[in-house]
Amino acid sequence: MAHDHKLEIFRGLLKFKSNTQKIWGVLIFLSIVTTVEVALGIIKPRFLTHSYFLGMKLLNWIFIILTLVKAYYIAWDFMHLRDEKTALRRVIVWTPIFLVCYLIFILLFEADYIYTVYGDEFITWDF
Amino acid sequence: MDATVSTGTEDSVWGGGNKPLGASYGKMMMWFFIMSDALTFSGFLVAYGFSRFKFIELWPIADEVFTHVPFFHGNYPMYYVAFMTFILIMSSVTMVLAVDAGHKMKQKSVILYMFLTIIGGAIFVGSQAWEWATFIKGDYGAVETNSGRILQFVNAETGERAALADFSKTLPEDRVKHVESKGIWFAGEGYQTSYSLNEVVEGFKATPNILIRTEQLNEEGEKTLLDRKESLSKILEANQVVEGANLIHNEYGHRLFADFFFFITGFHGFHVFSGVVINIIIFFNVILGTYQRRGHYEMVEKVGLYWHFVDLVWVFVFTFFYLV
Repeated sequence: MAHDHKLEIFRGLLKFKSNTQKIWGVLIFLSIVTTVEVALGIIKPRFLTHSYFLGMKLLNWIFIILTLVKAYYIAWDFMHLRDEKTALRRVIVWTPIFLVCYLIFILLFEADYIYTVYGDEFITWDF
Repeated sequence: MDATVSTGTEDSVWGGGNKPLGASYGKMMMWFFIMSDALTFSGFLVAYGFSRFKFIELWPIADEVFTHVPFFHGNYPMYYVAFMTFILIMSSVTMVLAVDAGHKMKQKSVILYMFLTIIGGAIFVGSQAWEWATFIKGDYGAVETNSGRILQFVNAETGERAALADFSKTLPEDRVKHVESKGIWFAGEGYQTSYSLNEVVEGFKATPNILIRTEQLNEEGEKTLLDRKESLSKILEANQVVEGANLIHNEYGHRLFADFFFFITGFHGFHVFSGVVINIIIFFNVILGTYQRRGHYEMVEKVGLYWHFVDLVWVFVFTFFYLV
């Protein structure tokens, strides 16, 4: 199992000759993504920080999506999830995703509620 | 791994020896651990999100907090963290290369790549220690108000942050550090600031080009700058000087920011540290030829899984602590 590697990334767009080559290819890809993130974080283009999608800045959406992309390639190629059986991969990936999404949902909604309470109630928190 | 042992139970599903997921026992347990650890880290990061959403208008801007690079003076937001991220990804790569060499039973290459991985991990832990030291030591200094809000100072002419030393007066007063042995035993001071509150306030009143910056974020996503008149009335609310950050006071802004910084990066740094230790143990086993004799390098693969996981967590910490 572990000896035969799937050597394609980007859904077969890029096919490597050996596993070693694939590793370097993934490294280059991850470095590019990190560089883009850092560059955007330093420049902070105005059209990205002033437009919102679902209540969050577009820039932050880009950061989060790029993070998930990086996480995907680390898990799939460095942790060899690409070469594992489908059942094992799904168990590993979807269980935490489900639990974390639930956690994010309840905690962030609660925090937002507390924020409105701080703002609208009759007690001042900055005295 | 592929050895066939005849136990007479091959036809029975419950007879043992089945690997329905195609992974060995040890690897499965490593994945179990990684998943539970991932949920722990998610708990921390979501708790950070909780506190941040609760104080969304007051939260410090990470770009203004982490601006230092070792051996360089000046304002370089994020460069050093980006470097740390790169180091960790790089050591992840050498780890995969070690696993790959292990599959091919090349002992010499495994040794080399494991060594490089350990070096990368050590550089990362060292960088994190430096980040902590810089964060604890502080930058410009600030004052804290009665309600626990932080007021920072800005030079009105240049628009840049002003350090306490730039405008504070040195007054002929003698303030001794309060130690537990000379007074009430439960009321010692951790550290004494370089200027007393009185010196900062008097210096502020005497220097007309210094303005106060509050924690409040305005619509541009920047901290609110008060004019001179507002600043003069705001400074009266100050009740202590804060230099640097600890678990109770934080000159960069909301104290929870410092708490989460210490907690999350500390917990991650501890993971990297234990990863380095485990890597060293495996490294010596490789040198001794343990796995060469065993016939497979699955142990390197398992420790590799842990190492990549540490990298994976850092990718998220980097995003949610430094970028977003």
